[in-house]
Amino acid sequence: MTAQFLALMNSAIAFGTVIMLGALGEILIEKAGNLNLGIPGIMYLGAIGGLIAAFFYELNGGTSPVVGLILSFVSCILFAAFGGLIYAFLTITLRANQNVTGLTLTIFGGGMANFFGGSLNKLAGGVGQISVPITSSAYIAYTPLGYMGTLGTLLFAHGFMAYLAIILAVLLSRFLNRTRTGLNLRSVGESPATADAAGINVTAYKYLSIIIGAAIAGLGGLFYTMDYIKGTWANDGTIEGLGWLAVALVIFATWKPLNAIWGSYLFGLVYWAYLYIPGLNRSSLELFKMLPYAITLVVLIIVSLRKKRENLPPASLGLSYFREER
Amino acid sequence: MEPVKNAIRMENITKRFGSVVANNGINLELHEGEILSLLGENGSGKTTLMNMLSGIYYPDEGQIYVHDKPVTIASPKDAFDNGIGMIHQHFKLVDVFTATENIVLGLEEEGRLDLKKAGQKVKEICEKYGFDIQPNQKIYDMSVSQKQTVEIVKVLYRGADILILDEPTAVLTPQETDKLFAIMRNMQRDGKSLIIITHKLHEVLDVSDRVAILRKGEYIGDVATKDANQQSLTDMMVGRSVSLNIDRPLPVNPTPRLVLEHVTAYDELGVKRLDDVSFTANSGEILGIAGVAGSGQKELLESIAGLYPVKEGKILYYDPDVDYAETDESGQPKHRPLSLVGMDPMDIRKAGIAMSFVPEDRLGMGLVGTMGMTGNMMLRSWRKGKGVFVDTKGPEELANRIWKELEVVTPSTKFPVRRMSGGNVQKVLVGREIAQEPAVLMTAYAVRGLDINTSYTIYNLLTEQKMKGRAVVYVGEDLDVLLELCDRIVVLCGGQVSGVVDGRTITKEEVGLLMTQHRKEGAE
Repeated sequence: MTAQFLALMNSAIAFGTVIMLGALGEILIEKAGNLNLGIPGIMYLGAIGGLIAAFFYELNGGTSPVVGLILSFVSCILFAAFGGLIYAFLTITLRANQNVTGLTLTIFGGGMANFFGGSLNKLAGGVGQISVPITSSAYIAYTPLGYMGTLGTLLFAHGFMAYLAIILAVLLSRFLNRTRTGLNLRSVGESPATADAAGINVTAYKYLSIIIGAAIAGLGGLFYTMDYIKGTWANDGTIEGLGWLAVALVIFATWKPLNAIWGSYLFGLVYWAYLYIPGLNRSSLELFKMLPYAITLVVLIIVSLRKKRENLPPASLGLSYFREER
Repeated sequence: MEPVKNAIRMENITKRFGSVVANNGINLELHEGEILSLLGENGSGKTTLMNMLSGIYYPDEGQIYVHDKPVTIASPKDAFDNGIGMIHQHFKLVDVFTATENIVLGLEEEGRLDLKKAGQKVKEICEKYGFDIQPNQKIYDMSVSQKQTVEIVKVLYRGADILILDEPTAVLTPQETDKLFAIMRNMQRDGKSLIIITHKLHEVLDVSDRVAILRKGEYIGDVATKDANQQSLTDMMVGRSVSLNIDRPLPVNPTPRLVLEHVTAYDELGVKRLDDVSFTANSGEILGIAGVAGSGQKELLESIAGLYPVKEGKILYYDPDVDYAETDESGQPKHRPLSLVGMDPMDIRKAGIAMSFVPEDRLGMGLVGTMGMTGNMMLRSWRKGKGVFVDTKGPEELANRIWKELEVVTPSTKFPVRRMSGGNVQKVLVGREIAQEPAVLMTAYAVRGLDINTSYTIYNLLTEQKMKGRAVVYVGEDLDVLLELCDRIVVLCGGQVSGVVDGRTITKEEVGLLMTQHRKEGAE
């Protein structure tokens, strides 16, 4: 019983970490007033970016887990930030429709990642042959505390990125609510004309928050390849599904990073619950996988019934801003 | 006399938007320690000119001097750095932030964000000039006047010594306006220089030391306020002599057309927007609706038009072609008025009620911005065509008629209305609604954004409708106009009717008082 519970909790936390990182990135982006539906694509880009670096490092005889980790981490951030840059340029400078741009980016990111994934497979000698065990080991490793009983396994038997995600959430929350820059950033998302009149560089704030947000979301993809599926590549569309859950989680968390922490674990828990419920067949199992979305819907309904202004999305979410518009 | 020092000198300023010249070679001076009124009709380029001082727009040509030093103002930040603060007509505030958060927004102070300290400083400024706001109150909980106060404190907090107020009184009651003017004089005594944009002439005469006048993007001249009067200012503003009187014939045979009984309505957040509203709109009469912005005017009109859910109460419509005095054998009335509650606009039309509504949000609710005049006329007649095709001929004719009769400035009837100026957009909308020959004509801020000339055209059109025996409901913001145009005036305050008064005998002060008087605290 305890073993089963622990296994469920640990898969929930791993699953939650992926979408938490995606959601944190999206929160930062949405707080600046941009609705980025390209998060799945960006997570794809981050995932393949990290994998490419690790793969070539190990292909060329690299043996240090730490070097592999640093290379893949940096490469992931660059790839994901590049995806964010495309989105930012299109929506801010060219003022393209945010929804269309985001959806396109999701398709682009998925296609790009699977293209490279296919190429890497070829280099590795066949489908399903990619493996970066050395780099992956650095991501999966945990301290001896993780072996100390039930509590130890529950709290400490996770790769470092699980903790990084929590730290990021806390930092992001403090940044948004306690700092001058955070206040300015929120004003850009609420009312860019107000921010502009107050002397805030709306364009710069939007660009930076999108690019940094994309980098954070990309880490979700990295965690997925390196830790969740242990340094391999799966072109089955899982990352895209996780990306959409991350977007749903932003709404679930009512745009608050701290809510994203427990929200993501809850999503993980209900997502994996089917494994531990006896008597499910292939179709009823899919019903359970739907639960996170159902919960998001319920939260949306509750939030809109409670009518609290602070729980609503940023007022200018999804709108382009042009100063001289009349 | 010692030489006057200039706080601001604008030299030869030109600004174009596409092919439209909004400001053409303007020279304007603001002396130190004076209150200058910038006067001009809508579309004369006042706001554009001021936006170049506040860094929202950048001039195409010309030079700006602040305290006689040439400066470049390329962004709002540059404006702050030069001590210029602008209070915009449309408030630039973040609703979910507190007053203090809004005030410190965008400031680059040393150290970490200390909202407590900032709140303290806000309090000090408030005490110094006599403002009444709470630093920790959220903007969405504030009245319009309080929001404006936050805007003023915001620029003072930044140490501005030159303040520009863009139509600050448009949303205020006469009492609030007096308070604002007192504060402006306080600031003047404190050595600040102020520019106020307004087109209410009595306010110009009331508060300013000097008046500068713009017309169609050109600088016409300036005059010391003590040497000016309403007529002379209007003539300068319009460029020719204009009669300022509205013709108000007595109502013809007024009979109830629309009767509201105890109407109560809530918005989607559950806030009561209309509270037990009762009044009668008669045929052959212009019924004015007065009130501070947001007192329920919009909700009231939309409730009648079937666009807003009514929770309690009755809205009854009396058909002009039915004799309600007729009785059947048992002495009961033969006809009963129609109840409009629960009907949507389509139901109302199907019930044979000719109702026209000129909404406040012209391009949002009244017209489709990307369509031309003809297309917009068609919105009213698309059901009339035979078969699957719509009739374009009728709308085209109507569009041409409005184009000519109301002197709409547009290259063609196909030109998107979104790209016309506000006044022309309004003419298209009012023209279309009047052409429906409605039994009830409701207008919300029908002259907002229109120059004096066009406004008078609209007033005459409304009076014409009244003389044709139609019930006209006129929601207005300019009390002077309401008092000159309307036969009776319903005063709203916080969603309640605080009084129904005779437009011919009531004074402006009395209406102003009613506008701020909730029934519960009032005399009744």
